[in-house]
Amino acid sequence: MFIPLTAFDLSMAAVLVLLLALSSWRMQLNITQQLVIAAIRTTVQLLLIGLVLKTVFTHVDIFWVTVICLVMLSVAGWEILSRQHRKLKGWWGFGVSTGSLFVSSFFITVLALMTIIQADPWYHPQYAIPLLGMLLGNTMTGIALGMDRLVQTAWQQRSSIEQRLMLGQTGHQAINEIRKESMRAGMIPIINSMAAAGIVSLPGMMTGQILAGAPPVEAVKYQILIMFLITAGTGFGVISVLWFISRRLFDNRHRLRFDQLLKTVHSK
Amino acid sequence: MKKLLIKELYYHHCGPVNLQINAGDCVAVSGVSGSGKSLLLRALADLDEHRGSISLDDILMTDLPAPEWRKKVALLPAESQWWFDTLGEHFPATDNEMIHYFGFPDNVMSWSVSRLSSGEKQRFALLRLLLNKPDVLLLDEPTANLDNTNTLLFEKLIEDYIKVNSACVIWVSHDAQQLSRICNVHYQIENGQLLRQ
Repeated sequence: MFIPLTAFDLSMAAVLVLLLALSSWRMQLNITQQLVIAAIRTTVQLLLIGLVLKTVFTHVDIFWVTVICLVMLSVAGWEILSRQHRKLKGWWGFGVSTGSLFVSSFFITVLALMTIIQADPWYHPQYAIPLLGMLLGNTMTGIALGMDRLVQTAWQQRSSIEQRLMLGQTGHQAINEIRKESMRAGMIPIINSMAAAGIVSLPGMMTGQILAGAPPVEAVKYQILIMFLITAGTGFGVISVLWFISRRLFDNRHRLRFDQLLKTVHSK
Repeated sequence: MKKLLIKELYYHHCGPVNLQINAGDCVAVSGVSGSGKSLLLRALADLDEHRGSISLDDILMTDLPAPEWRKKVALLPAESQWWFDTLGEHFPATDNEMIHYFGFPDNVMSWSVSRLSSGEKQRFALLRLLLNKPDVLLLDEPTANLDNTNTLLFEKLIEDYIKVNSACVIWVSHDAQQLSRICNVHYQIENGQLLRQ
């Protein structure tokens, strides 16, 4: 059984957001403007992507699927970058974040589509795009957290790192503890959500499928698949981004090179 | 023989620096704050970018991996850093003779770093550095946080180390008395130039 939503149904929910905006304005909580803009953005963006997906689903064409996936990938790469306090100079920052998303999310999505889901054809947008979207959305968070932790901690502990270099440690050894800690920071969200899944929280995708009328056990199987893919994607993504940045922080003479970094104002 | 040879060294806004240090030498470097004394030591330890050639026993710095070079040409910064909880974790091996030299008890390696005074940290930083058996010691105001007794112990330890290992030392300090006590060659940095006194 699937109950379609009408415009009226959505307006009911929108009224709740409006009420919240109104009360926060009355209480001078300084969140009204951001709240309204975000609500409008989500409506417009989602309606647009709905229309795009509708068109793409009717014309199954690998070219358009690739274009959409590449757009998603670069926006996610950009999003990671905008969450960093200090980022690599020039195109390195974008290259590192997008590259790590590519090896994690993109590669794993293709692998899952070809060997696990096996739709016909394997790049069928009905599977490819939602799958990539979910992977990007989640690995993005992990990568952004791991990357930010590495660079921030290295910055705060730069004297210790240099002291270790003075004692004859390699750049790799000198930043080892910080790298471990950053790996943890990047992986904690997905480890937590795996541990809490089904008991504390019902994951969104599974809930969506159940709402759409799918048998619960089928929905659960998909959810487990997605969880594993996200975990692998996040893990490999964080590993590659940490490897890359920790190499970039040192030159070939094992000197700490913070001149490779650009300090930016936190926008979010 | 340990011989540190510095030719046409330019670093930051300083240079050219030409200097030869022989085994057994203790070279004093003084100068006003900000004259580039610490930066000179950092360049010699290959921690900052620089131009010119630096060699130890006719082996060029650039021919050795940087970590190898820093084990031979060891820098003791003015303020030491500690990154593990206990003292012992920073030491690959313990040398009881060294620990007793400064009057510390046997169990000192289990002390937590946060309870050490800056003077204690400085003495342990030296012991940690000496475990690498460096040929050249670059000391940046090493006794600034030490009392008189410990300053003299520190100086004696360096003097003995130079003799036993035929090492050489560059000692940066503001303390003219100390420099005249232990150093046999004296330089001053002025306007980015190293001037023999």
